[in-house]
Amino acid sequence: MAARMQSRKSGFLERTTASFVDALEHTFYAEETARAHGLLQRLDPRVKLLGILALIVPAAAARSFAVIGCLFAVTVVLAGLSRVSFSILLKRVWIAVLLFTGVIALPAPFVTPGRALYQLPWLGWTITSQGLASAGYLVLRVETAATLCVLLVLTTPWNDVLKALRVLRVPVIVVTILGMTYRYVYLLLQTAHDMFESRRSRMVGNLTGRERRRVAASSAGVLLSKTFDLSSEVYLAMQSRGFRGEVHILDEFRMRRFDWIMLAGFTLVSAAAFWWGR
Amino acid sequence: MIAPGDAEAKPRQMPADSLSSGGDRQRNPIYNQLSCLADNARSFIRVNGLMHIPDGYLSPSTCAVLYASAAPFWYVALRKTKKMLFTRLVPLISVFAAFSFVIMMFNIPIPGGTTAHPLGVAIASIVLGPWASMLALSTALFIQAVFFGDGGITTLGANCFNMAIVGSLIAYLSYRALAGRSAITSQRRVVAAALSGYLAINCAALCASVELGIQPLYFKSATGAPFYAPYPLSIALPAIMIGHLTFAGLAELVVSGGIVAYLQRANPSLLRFSAPGIPLPQEEAQLVTRESGWRTARPLWTAVGLLLVLTPLGLLAAGKAWGEWSVHDFSSPAARQEIAKVSQNVTPPAQTPSGLERLSTIWTAPFPNYSPPFVRKPAFGYILSGMFGIGIIILLSTLINWLAAKTRHGPPGAHTRAEET
Repeated sequence: MAARMQSRKSGFLERTTASFVDALEHTFYAEETARAHGLLQRLDPRVKLLGILALIVPAAAARSFAVIGCLFAVTVVLAGLSRVSFSILLKRVWIAVLLFTGVIALPAPFVTPGRALYQLPWLGWTITSQGLASAGYLVLRVETAATLCVLLVLTTPWNDVLKALRVLRVPVIVVTILGMTYRYVYLLLQTAHDMFESRRSRMVGNLTGRERRRVAASSAGVLLSKTFDLSSEVYLAMQSRGFRGEVHILDEFRMRRFDWIMLAGFTLVSAAAFWWGR
Repeated sequence: MIAPGDAEAKPRQMPADSLSSGGDRQRNPIYNQLSCLADNARSFIRVNGLMHIPDGYLSPSTCAVLYASAAPFWYVALRKTKKMLFTRLVPLISVFAAFSFVIMMFNIPIPGGTTAHPLGVAIASIVLGPWASMLALSTALFIQAVFFGDGGITTLGANCFNMAIVGSLIAYLSYRALAGRSAITSQRRVVAAALSGYLAINCAALCASVELGIQPLYFKSATGAPFYAPYPLSIALPAIMIGHLTFAGLAELVVSGGIVAYLQRANPSLLRFSAPGIPLPQEEAQLVTRESGWRTARPLWTAVGLLLVLTPLGLLAAGKAWGEWSVHDFSSPAARQEIAKVSQNVTPPAQTPSGLERLSTIWTAPFPNYSPPFVRKPAFGYILSGMFGIGIIILLSTLINWLAAKTRHGPPGAHTRAEET
């Protein structure tokens, strides 16, 4: 038992590498579905970004279960038409959100004052209708908004999402920074993953708590030094290719009739949700 | 990069297998699946910890206010960093934002056997300064929220305000205040970094808990059911702060202090931004050799200056210093008595020592009895000769130093030539 406890304790290297791999896996899946031929994939990224934002905001604002439920249903239909696998949505979004927000919302029915609905047999705690409603609002809202956000990412190549941000008047320099960050997140994830893997392969036995903290902090420090070297190299590479501080983004998006129809559809649904959900 | 096919197969094998001692675990697929799911959930909760507020927890009006509060900071930060970094802005902020993103995925072992995720806000502020840190962290938070669904889109303004803006400012200010003017490699900087990280993450958590805690106050249905985060301040505040004062705060403390300690050993130049005017260790060494005349010998010069000022005190001292007797003192009875008194009652020889008598005629100092003949007042003469003597000593020692340095390094031209080749 003691050995098992110790091996679990030293598992921070494994856990960290696992979270790196998880992030990488998420990207590969996103890139794969973004290439599929579905409804949302065919849509102009600008329309998609505006449309999904136009659904997220009423989902966050609506004060009626029916409206949030309808928005959730629209989202599920959109996911189906865009060939996004429901098992992935279930695992990555619905269960994950339920585990996180569900746990947070769990005490709400007991602590919110209001009309008593039911009393727990042994503990004597009372469930109030107001508390139950508030927990319901929270979970439903978070599920809907999270699914919409995931839908945007799973059906759009990341660079297109960023270029579409120009519609919202986000400065070009910010769009460039976001694009480059995304690119280097994977390089650094890979670097960090390799560092932890090589550390693991050289490790025999268990480290003490102090040593584990030192390893973690030193690894972060090494990664920081590498980050700075990388940024200098990237800068030199950019300069040698003629970078003088100005950024231009190619604007190759073209609106077709299908895009206009969908934009009208999104606007209609959003306006209706706002109206009914007041 | 790993090919997509590999990524499908790899992830589930990695964690917990190789070092796990329980053999039955590896054999049981259901157990593996369950533990994997639990791990995912645990890490999800740890990543969030309600610091990354998801969509739906805050009312749209709160979100709008916090976007509006964050906007001026973003604007100023962008302008300031543009001015400071020029064309370097894009690559530096991008790569550092990527680093911030990755560091948020680290599992930091904290005392007590559990692990927690750090935010890395203190280290970003220490290395980049508060403005660039705001931009880098906001970028990382954007990618986390939009691409990885960790934190919301409507709540992005709130999250950036709490963590990137409040966190960076608190971390930077507290680090500068705590580190003071200590050397870059001093232990005090490690402690300052650790404490500023702890403080910053707790201030960010405080902001988040207040934002969440005021929701049921303002946004509830006619019957009193809260529409958004359901807990009032009396519950939200302690619930979030306890987690951050302990686990998350400790993870930040360990990471901030640990990285600064590592950088002090490996790459102290990265700590220069938050220590303006304080030389790096190598520079310090160079300064010592280059400015040996003043910097290192400062206490010595102070002492010399003090002695110079105190020279007139010599006039107040009665009698003569032991051993500084002249030939005439041996013949004068009063002086003989004085010598015997200060020499533990050993009477001096009746005759003036012949050696002393002979040698005293060889050298007549230019300032006999320290009083130059052209100076009428003996006291003034005494002071002047004292100062003159010190001046001669300083001049001589400077000359010796200069000669010694010249023989050690060779002529200056030869030195640079050697460096060039």
